[in-house]
Amino acid sequence: MNTIDPITVTSTKEGNHAVMHSQMDPRLRGDDSKLPAADNAAARQHAIATFRKPRLAGLAALLALATPALAFAQDAAAAAAPVANKGDVAWLLVCAALVIFMTLPGLALFYGGLVRSKNVLSVLIQTLIVFSLVAILWALYGYSLAFTPGNAFIGGFDRVFAKGLDATAMGATFTKGVYIPELVFFVFQGAFACITCALIIGAFAERVKFAGVLLFTVLWFTFAYTPMAHMVWFFPGPDAFTSNEAVPGVLAQSGFLFARGALDFAGGTVVHINAAIAGLVGSYVIGKRVGYGREAIKPHNLTQTMVGASILWVGWFGFNAGSALEANAVAAQAFVNTFLATAAAVLGWTAVEWLSKGKPSMLGAASGAVAGLVAITPAAGFVGLCGAIIIGALAGAVCLWGVNGLKRLLGADDALDVFGVHGVGGILGALLTGVFASPALGGAGIWDYVTETALPEYSIASQVWIQLQGVLVTVVVSGVVALVAFLIVKYTVGLRVSEESEREGLDITSHGESAYEN
Amino acid sequence: MKLITAIIRPFKLDEVREALTEVGVSGITVTEVKGFGRQKGHTELYRGAEYVVDFLPKLKVECAVAEASLEAALEALANAARTGKVGDGKIFVQSLERTVRIRTGELDDDAL
Repeated sequence: MNTIDPITVTSTKEGNHAVMHSQMDPRLRGDDSKLPAADNAAARQHAIATFRKPRLAGLAALLALATPALAFAQDAAAAAAPVANKGDVAWLLVCAALVIFMTLPGLALFYGGLVRSKNVLSVLIQTLIVFSLVAILWALYGYSLAFTPGNAFIGGFDRVFAKGLDATAMGATFTKGVYIPELVFFVFQGAFACITCALIIGAFAERVKFAGVLLFTVLWFTFAYTPMAHMVWFFPGPDAFTSNEAVPGVLAQSGFLFARGALDFAGGTVVHINAAIAGLVGSYVIGKRVGYGREAIKPHNLTQTMVGASILWVGWFGFNAGSALEANAVAAQAFVNTFLATAAAVLGWTAVEWLSKGKPSMLGAASGAVAGLVAITPAAGFVGLCGAIIIGALAGAVCLWGVNGLKRLLGADDALDVFGVHGVGGILGALLTGVFASPALGGAGIWDYVTETALPEYSIASQVWIQLQGVLVTVVVSGVVALVAFLIVKYTVGLRVSEESEREGLDITSHGESAYEN
Repeated sequence: MKLITAIIRPFKLDEVREALTEVGVSGITVTEVKGFGRQKGHTELYRGAEYVVDFLPKLKVECAVAEASLEAALEALANAARTGKVGDGKIFVQSLERTVRIRTGELDDDAL
């Protein structure tokens, strides 16, 4: 089923309205004063992230002048006080918890198993501390810089120190007249910020200084993550697209890449390419591990890694399907694509590894799963099932090259292959999103927020070019910020432990504990 | 008295112990060791990183026997530890000057 078949979308939306009114909590109905008035609500709706882009909306205006349906939508939006659908709220809270579960313990175990036993605790605590640090920064200013109106590159200070962020604040979704509590959006997006920063530590694992991780995280989160999230996801919400004449004004208030029409459903650029570039820069600045290329530096517990990869897969259903911001058919599409692309990537990686290296390895299969999850992230809600399977299979094969040929070419000791998997998989996924989002290939096409339908026109070449621009902007922003941040860390608190400490292991020398006997 | 030191495949330990017990050896000492001989190591591949594992895990079995029991013990040990493939291990025999049983103070053959 094409998930954005206009007829389906319209009927679903009206169905939601009926349900919302009939099931409205009587207490709320009797206490309307607690709800923001409709006028205020519009102002309070902090435009929430998006993926569907209105790039061709202007063109649509020429093709399909004002329609009665449009007028109806406007009236309905103006009349309805913003009330959240309980199904959406329940679904998104579960998704936020799933995304948190991806980092703790998913990513922690995935990474922990890949390092030597003398460093496993250092990786676990780095994951835990980065997650916690970013969660607090998200509330202090990160959310505000990412998701409040500002300029095309960064948001403003409306929500600094969580100002006004209470249970009455409502946020937009991707459907006109459908809202979610802003707190739900805040925590869902906060979990994304946390895992993005935690992903980076894999690149400089086993030799980084703990204080260096903390300072780097603060700098990079502030100057790379929040602007990227703003550029890709911020827009004033679907209600702002009242008419085709309003579109240029709305785009002027939106993030830079959103306005250009870059498609990123759940964070291929913001999360994966962003983190991978930072990791790659970090692995250059910090240098190779002692003994790299000469001594055997082997994963100490691939069972942990397998458990972690599996948890990542489960959590990723929240990450991708939750990015629909509603419990609807788009969420189901993203869910199923996350299911299939990952499986295809496991098969893709394993097949190529088996043929080229002689043996199908468990670590390869688990890495393939992560590669597929990364690659389907930007495409999750935009492509059809066949598109997802192709993206996944290609990601498995290409990321195997990412950790072999490309890694040797780059010459950096990216310890846990953050770039090889998340960078290569992220870039591949971002570009292929432009291909398989095409309605001709089973994709959803370009969404026109004015008419709330998909546009019939789609140019793969121009969309892939836009996707490439998104990739390049991410590479430049993350690369430059990471380089400056790593150099600041290097010349202040220090980026790397002493060689003696590195040989003994970070668990004992940095944290005063060891994971196992012996 | 002779000290027999055998390097064997780890999974052969039970058979070796049984065979030695049958020919009257009353005690052995086992140590986990790593080493190399004619048997080549193997390569391990972790994503792009390939490692050659040169040292393979083996067990070192030590036992002290009286001169008279030496041949029987060597034969039993070799038969039990043999698979016929490269990597079965080796047996070394050294002369033993003194033996003391700590509990009783018995010496040499009495202490075996």
